[in-house]
Amino acid sequence: MMSPNARIPRRWTNLDAGQAALPLPSALVSVWSPINHFLEWFGDLGLFAWEVARSAVRRPFEGRELIRQLDEIGSRSFPLVALAGAAIGAVLSLESRYSLVRFGAKSMLPAALVYSIIRETGPIVTGLVVSGRVGAGIGAELGSMKVTEQIDAIEASGVNPFKFLAFTRIVACILMLPLLTLVADFCGVLFGWIAETLVEPVSFLSFLNKGFVGANFSDLLAPTFRTAVFGLIIGMIGCFQGMRAKGGTAGVGFSATSSVVLSSLFVILADVILVKFILVFFP
Amino acid sequence: MRHPEQETLLAVEESAATTAIASSGGKRDGPAVVLRGLHKSFGNQIVLDGIDLTVEDGETLAVLGRSGTGKSVLLKLIIGLQKPDSGSIGIHGQEITLLHLDALNEIRKKMGFLFQQAALYDSLTVEQNVAFPLKRHTKMTESEQGDRVKELLASVGMEGDLKKMPSDLSGGMQKRVGLARALALDPGILLLDEPTAGLDPITSGEIDELILKLQAEHHMASIVVTHDLHSAKTIADRLALLHEGKVQIEGSFKELEKSENAFVEEFLKRDS
Repeated sequence: MMSPNARIPRRWTNLDAGQAALPLPSALVSVWSPINHFLEWFGDLGLFAWEVARSAVRRPFEGRELIRQLDEIGSRSFPLVALAGAAIGAVLSLESRYSLVRFGAKSMLPAALVYSIIRETGPIVTGLVVSGRVGAGIGAELGSMKVTEQIDAIEASGVNPFKFLAFTRIVACILMLPLLTLVADFCGVLFGWIAETLVEPVSFLSFLNKGFVGANFSDLLAPTFRTAVFGLIIGMIGCFQGMRAKGGTAGVGFSATSSVVLSSLFVILADVILVKFILVFFP
Repeated sequence: MRHPEQETLLAVEESAATTAIASSGGKRDGPAVVLRGLHKSFGNQIVLDGIDLTVEDGETLAVLGRSGTGKSVLLKLIIGLQKPDSGSIGIHGQEITLLHLDALNEIRKKMGFLFQQAALYDSLTVEQNVAFPLKRHTKMTESEQGDRVKELLASVGMEGDLKKMPSDLSGGMQKRVGLARALALDPGILLLDEPTAGLDPITSGEIDELILKLQAEHHMASIVVTHDLHSAKTIADRLALLHEGKVQIEGSFKELEKSENAFVEEFLKRDS
């Protein structure tokens, strides 16, 4: 349940209609309880998203805070994303070379590597790395602010916390994920080439030419921009879990952990759905 | 509790209330705070059960009571952080329970709130904490903001700690900075939630003196929630004792002392 904060619309329940809740058999309760809990969580997330969306169209537009968050979420995730991209590129190159040599398709290595990285590996690795770093950070920061009444203090001073805290972080995640994905893609291809050239020297230009044979712009654009959806998920869930934290330091820990777990889970789920979606529109 | 079919009606009332506040230009009509028939429950637990209180401009009301009697909830209702189940809250003649967010924020700018644990923004310095409302709600230049922050911090005796982080301050110092932040927009109403809680007697005395000094300087209406009877006696013009969701007695300290209400007698005896 959300906190008793006034401005999130309250859910309609049968108790509102003056009806007593019907007792359920214990077997049903054990099945229904987690489903009910999940539906409640999802409903609260929907109400939270509605509050954030409503706050987005109101002045002031929080430009300074947005820039601060772009730096916090984007620039500071850069090294980790670059490193993850580089490691994946190098590993993919070494593993693919071994497999392709077995099937006599060694010349396909650059194309296999580049396609793999720009279409799937780069976006999903970026999504998961950022959900770990940024999701935990947002969940812990807002969770800590919630339990120490700092969010109440922001609200009491006449500032909308949904806009100042949540909207700015969500927009920063949406804007930075595609850029970070490009960083991961570039580092992946670069270190894939380095791994390859250590075994069998080839120029970077030649590697790229072979890698992008038959590729078109949509091979890069569609998968890269789908990470904006990952950004939406990471920002939304991190802010939601943080702003509903309760119960002191344990609550802060829970909001940080659950932000990472849930945002990673939903990023993977969204990836499956979006891959199918992209294949339909960009076959 | 609102039923879905009531939402449309409330939206119309809300719109009318917003129009009223806009047309009044925020002028002060009536007492600073008027609470009538205020009810608030959390689940099955009734916290406030029909609270009626009035605070005039320049007056200080101390709300006393045992822990968990809804004193802090009362303050959060007044500033709109929570909504009452029923009843009305008037701020200078303006009913706030039906206001939408933008109109409510206009009212909030005229109120200062000191939280129980000060609630300073822990990622900002003392200076930035006090400047936060000024940056958001005024058109002051950076240098004007700086001067105002120094003036406010000087008034609470913290002028030498501009660049410190909240984590570097003691509890009493955090309360002082919290007070400076609450006074930044020169509010007409000051809400203080347990200003002396967790402080040693000497620091508590200093905070009481500071509140008295600031009240004299700013001539605000103040509501102080506390369970510290000595502090309430020092800073308040009137006291209200909350018990089982209701105001058991309201009046000066002498009037409370004369009361024959068993709970009032017990409360005063325990605290003396």
